[in-house]
Amino acid sequence: MAEPRVIVIGAGPAGARAAQTLVEAGLRPLVIDENARDGGQIYRRQPDGFGRPKSALYGTETARAMALHEAFDRLKPQIDYRPRHLAWNVADGCVHVVHAGEAEALPYDALIIAAGATDRLMPVKGWHVAGTYSLGAAQIALKAQAVSIGRNVVFMGTGPLLYLVASQYVKTGAGVVAVLDTSPWAARVKAAPKLATRPDVLVKGVRLERSLKRAGVSISRGVTPLEIHADNETGVRGVSVRLADGSVRRFDCDAVALGYHLRPETQLADLAGVPFGFDSETRQYLPVADSDGRTGIAGVYLAGDGVRVLGADGAEISGQIAALAALSDHGYTVDPLLQVSLRRERTRMDRFRAGLAVAFPWPHELAASLDDETIVCRCEGITAGDLRHVARDKGASEVNRAKALSRVGMGRCQGRYCGHAAAEVIAAATGQPLAQVGRLRGQAPVKPLSVGARPVASKGSKQ
Amino acid sequence: MTAVSSRFVRLAEDQRQRVDFLVDGVTVSALEGDTLLVALLVNGLSVRRSEFGGEVRAGFCLMAACQDCWVWTEAGERLRACDTPVQANMSIVTEQADASWLSRG
Repeated sequence: MAEPRVIVIGAGPAGARAAQTLVEAGLRPLVIDENARDGGQIYRRQPDGFGRPKSALYGTETARAMALHEAFDRLKPQIDYRPRHLAWNVADGCVHVVHAGEAEALPYDALIIAAGATDRLMPVKGWHVAGTYSLGAAQIALKAQAVSIGRNVVFMGTGPLLYLVASQYVKTGAGVVAVLDTSPWAARVKAAPKLATRPDVLVKGVRLERSLKRAGVSISRGVTPLEIHADNETGVRGVSVRLADGSVRRFDCDAVALGYHLRPETQLADLAGVPFGFDSETRQYLPVADSDGRTGIAGVYLAGDGVRVLGADGAEISGQIAALAALSDHGYTVDPLLQVSLRRERTRMDRFRAGLAVAFPWPHELAASLDDETIVCRCEGITAGDLRHVARDKGASEVNRAKALSRVGMGRCQGRYCGHAAAEVIAAATGQPLAQVGRLRGQAPVKPLSVGARPVASKGSKQ
Repeated sequence: MTAVSSRFVRLAEDQRQRVDFLVDGVTVSALEGDTLLVALLVNGLSVRRSEFGGEVRAGFCLMAACQDCWVWTEAGERLRACDTPVQANMSIVTEQADASWLSRG
């Protein structure tokens, strides 16, 4: 039997461990990654010429980051590694990539998609003007470039990353004004039994908050974001929120790190034809995969935060699981005991994930209360009012129809940062359940390509 | 607050080699290893203006997902500033030549 051609998309924790598992079985997988270096976002490496020790970059996760980087370094001679390659479509049994203006179609027998996640965003008045960044962006600025996004930064939104990045800023000496969390304390208490499945992570979280308080950072829970005050010429100047006690408070700042936990990058799975299902806990459509990462499409497997946001540790496990499933499906013998123990570990991580969804809920009700003037689509300046107009007056009660009529989700980011909020605005405006509004369909190319990308003869493909 | 002329603040790693490059014809300095976005924002408050609302923009996601930080080479090649390393003597423009009608009306 010819060796199966296996492609892994992504070189973060899930992709790297999937590739390692395939190499250990004697295969030479092709690993496509958009980044210049491996590690994904969470274990992103700093450029050559930077001298900070890894402990300064990865904190409590230093050992895990180093282990992953070292594992990937050892893999490099044994894999076909394609950094700086954008996988822009999956069609006809091929992954379509573009690199330095050259396009190529790479055929596969098995495809493991480990595309990771991006920040989940809820619009707030003023968020489109210079100075507001995603939480992930705030972290990348620090980790990969040793800069802060401003002199006085407000961290707003919800999720574990809110506290983590704020504390990393404090530790590095950056100015942190406040942490403003939309989730109430009661939600955290309610989630405690599920969160207790990973006591080590829970303890780290408590320590982070303590370090923020010690540094004098104001932490408020149960807030309602009202406005990011911004000047059209100079950018962010402050943030106003309604505190849990009903009072309104303004914080002066020159930057805002905004994010509401993470959303999986699902476009490639969508283009591969993987069915999606509505997840009522997190209020979003997600690709459907079994506990081994198998999808309804033969030969297509999903791993890491791109299918469920389990975090980096969970991603490493799900990467291994998906690779073992692909190997098993192609007639390779895999260790059933290893599979059982990995699945058990994944289940524990998934319980914790469900706990995070309860502790830091997506504040969907904010979408209904956005002013008509608030911009939902940052790319093209489309407002909540524009969306309500097409939903109510033009019958666009389904999100793809609303996209066609309003252009929401059609701009540069292709709906990554407005898609979830847009669906919520439409649901609230039309009185429908969110599931009925649907989801923005993935479109190829999944990111804008430079005009003139030209095809090259693909190596090893059908002639 | 006193007026400042840069958005990003360097917190460490400031011993790297200096790199000079051109932004809209003006020479500015950055450090080797900076992304173009960082190089622009330690020297200024924004990258561009929105072609829709006219307000200043300065990138958003820093992970090549939002496409808010596009700039162009003089030859017209589009670059994503957040994942393009700055290079000595590169010359970038912050407004796409043939798209200026969008914001000028």
